[in-house]
Amino acid sequence: MADKTLRQIAGDGLWHNNVAFVQILGLCPLLAVTSNVVNGLGLGLATLLTLVLSNVTISAIRNLIRPDIRIPVFVMLIASIVTAIELAMNAWFHELHGILGIFIALIVTNCSILGRAEAFASKNNIGRSFVDGLTMGLGFAAALVLLGAMRELLGSGTLFDQAHLMFGEAARAFRLTVFEDYKGFLLAILPPGAFIGLGLLIALKNTIDQRRARAPQPVPAAAELAPE
Amino acid sequence: MTMPLKKMLLSASLLGLFAVLGTSLVAFTYESTRERIAQNERDTLVHSLNALIPPAHYDNDPAADRIIVTDPTLLGSPLPQQVYRARKDGQPVALALTAVAPDGYSGDISLLIAINLDGSLAGVRVTTHRETPGLGDKIEAARSDWVHAFTGRSLRDPLPEKWKVKKDGGIFDQFTGATVTPRAVVKAVRNALDYYQQHRDTLFDGSDSAVPQQEVPHG
Repeated sequence: MADKTLRQIAGDGLWHNNVAFVQILGLCPLLAVTSNVVNGLGLGLATLLTLVLSNVTISAIRNLIRPDIRIPVFVMLIASIVTAIELAMNAWFHELHGILGIFIALIVTNCSILGRAEAFASKNNIGRSFVDGLTMGLGFAAALVLLGAMRELLGSGTLFDQAHLMFGEAARAFRLTVFEDYKGFLLAILPPGAFIGLGLLIALKNTIDQRRARAPQPVPAAAELAPE
Repeated sequence: MTMPLKKMLLSASLLGLFAVLGTSLVAFTYESTRERIAQNERDTLVHSLNALIPPAHYDNDPAADRIIVTDPTLLGSPLPQQVYRARKDGQPVALALTAVAPDGYSGDISLLIAINLDGSLAGVRVTTHRETPGLGDKIEAARSDWVHAFTGRSLRDPLPEKWKVKKDGGIFDQFTGATVTPRAVVKAVRNALDYYQQHRDTLFDGSDSAVPQQEVPHG
């Protein structure tokens, strides 16, 4: 793999190779918890933290591990990191932990984490792996929040409901009632709503990509950014 | 291709080393969060108990004054259920017990049911459920007033044959589009009252010391 600039790594993580919209990985938590913004944000941040920690750890030990045992080592490290994060969430975000429940532990099985460990962190230095983990995680968290916002808005007519679970009692005021007297749109909250919503978001991303490809290319700014 | 023994041993020791590292990380986090998590769980329990039994009515610590009972028929689950006893000046005031409505629309509905000494309901709360959002989830106190309809009720009010949803000839409301959920909850509450009536003489027995020690530190 040709050496990518940090900017390219970030672009891949956030957009071109987005975990949710392009790789379509981690669907189980993606679809299950995104019934509102706060749940999506909570799981998104937990996944982000896991990705960063696992990428950095695995990059740090990449010259130490032998190819024949690398997968078990990766899995063990990822599982330990996720368990530690789960305990910490239970201690500091007890109610949110209760709502997200099993899906925090299931971050272990989110293919994107082992995928980044194997495809990126095991071959790149710590700094680059950090950027990769951070942007991949941000891309995934953004997808969770976006889908959560869409479903919450359509399903219950609010945004940031239950924000106090994450940000403390003062955050109760974050709740936005977008539509007064909204009767609710059940489909958006139920699992099919998650699939339809994800489909629409992927379609939106593809449309944007196609528009961009068709538009006359601006002077490639990337050329000025000499690779490091 | 045979692997030299030395290489195999090296791989095995590396794997072992990382197992130790991973386990240490988990053990360390567990130790440093344990008390906080226990405190959180305790706070949550006290909070939900206080929502049902006003704290002014008792002077003991019901979260610690608990016994464990099992009754698959009336409490809805083969698993042990908790009974938290509230007392004032050593006299029984009320108790809160956990129970399960096993016949919800999508599986078990866990309940916390508080019963006054005289057999009337101090209140009912749904603790966990997987009922359909927007339909069955009106059993949550946060989403509708429905569950408050139990407060003050007992086996004499209404009479046992009226302990049903309206559709079945009882007095409790069902929800538009969801009858199974409220029916399951009404039945579970009624069964819990039956259980209380059958066991009321013994449910307040057993001093704190006879109670199985909780893993929660007293604080």
